[in-house]
Amino acid sequence: MSGREILNAHEIDSIITRLAFQVIEKCQDIGKMKLIGIKRRGAILADRIAHKINEFKKTSVDVGYLDITLYRDDLSEISDFPKILGTEINFDIKGKSIFLVDDVIFTGRTVRAAMDAITDLGRPKKIVFVALIDRGHRELPIQPDFTGKYVPTSLDEKINVMLKEIDAIDSVTIEKM
Amino acid sequence: MSYTKKDLVGMKDLTKDEILFILDQAEKFKEINKREVKKVPTLKGKTIVNLFFEPSTRTRTSFEIAGKRLSADTINFSSSSSSTTKGETLIDTVKNIESMNSDIFVVRHAYSGSVKFIAENTKAGVVNAGDGTNEHPTQALLDLLTIKEHKKKLEGLNVAIIGDITHSRVARSNIWAMNKLGINVKLFGPKTMLPKETAPFGCYIASNMEEAVEDCDVIMMLRIQKERMSTVLLPSDREYAKFFGLNKSKLKKAKGDCIIMHPGPINRGVELSSELADCKQSVILDQVENGVAVRMAALYIVANNI
Repeated sequence: MSGREILNAHEIDSIITRLAFQVIEKCQDIGKMKLIGIKRRGAILADRIAHKINEFKKTSVDVGYLDITLYRDDLSEISDFPKILGTEINFDIKGKSIFLVDDVIFTGRTVRAAMDAITDLGRPKKIVFVALIDRGHRELPIQPDFTGKYVPTSLDEKINVMLKEIDAIDSVTIEKM
Repeated sequence: MSYTKKDLVGMKDLTKDEILFILDQAEKFKEINKREVKKVPTLKGKTIVNLFFEPSTRTRTSFEIAGKRLSADTINFSSSSSSTTKGETLIDTVKNIESMNSDIFVVRHAYSGSVKFIAENTKAGVVNAGDGTNEHPTQALLDLLTIKEHKKKLEGLNVAIIGDITHSRVARSNIWAMNKLGINVKLFGPKTMLPKETAPFGCYIASNMEEAVEDCDVIMMLRIQKERMSTVLLPSDREYAKFFGLNKSKLKKAKGDCIIMHPGPINRGVELSSELADCKQSVILDQVENGVAVRMAALYIVANNI
């Protein structure tokens, strides 16, 4: 782990619980609620939020996983080969309240791409955006509806969200690049 | 793992990891083809030119659909209407189209090696859509994807490739790829349609149809390509069907869950009986479906490297 820890495992869990309640409060008709996580870490967070909702509401909320690689507007500018991870959404989007989940919101371009991808799959009733961390520096007029933690950063800082499903630890750190 | 070449010329040039990477990416593209809106904006603004110096309908259509589903502008250029028939050289034709700021060429040509030659002489990305009797890499990739889907694995499978091996670029691309992936390949066909030197392929040559299909997981029948034969290599379609065609009784020698493949178009009743072409074990239409996903993956990968 590198950088200064700003959230530990317990704090992440508490934030996810709060976000789950905010999602429940926002959506009156739980039957029309669908969670979509942006791959990879947003997908894990969506699973965790869904798990909490299922526990509290004794229900089973559908979760989908979105790969936004094919919708990026910077394919020619990025150096690493953008590997397609695949979208797995096995429910109908049309008329549903979509809760879009990601780990960090930064420029807003990922969320824009995600909204484009979702609307290509159908016309949802609404899209609500849930972010674990908002680090600022928006380049598009996009704001999360629910934020786990607002972390003011400078552009030379990096936020690392680590989740035990892929990183073996739950932690959020901030580091200088 | 990724793919760093600007072209996809042949399976012979690829490593095992590169092949598996393209297959993995193609699997992901399949989901798009099942959507109501079968389109993503990935290659918006890119121009793909289908340079077909040899007639083809299904491969060209498959590439055209693939390009369009990625939002690229796809343009078809066929030899009958091209300046090559007026005496212009191949490279001049390519350079002219390149000057119109084309990004990717999908090339089919009757001469083996021509696609590699084009790739070496253009800044655009080049995807081989079949060159002479040399290679047809996207066909091999779609075959491998279809096999992987049905058998859930590739390594250790027994595959028989039967028919006109000499004239088949499909066979060549498949053999190169399958050898790298640890698939056991058996070849069979009339002596006149087997290459004189089979040693470079490193495949077992069966001596009769029963031996060829015995214990197979996959039987890949090839089309008799009369248009590529310079002399008559088989006495009659009827005799070919009797000794080298696949029918129900010969299929019994293979494994019970053996799948039947064919690159199309099928000469029904010659290399494959109609009854088998349409049976449950036939995955011919799955191959066609997978062709679009494989070509989307190929175009996407090449576009990222130019």
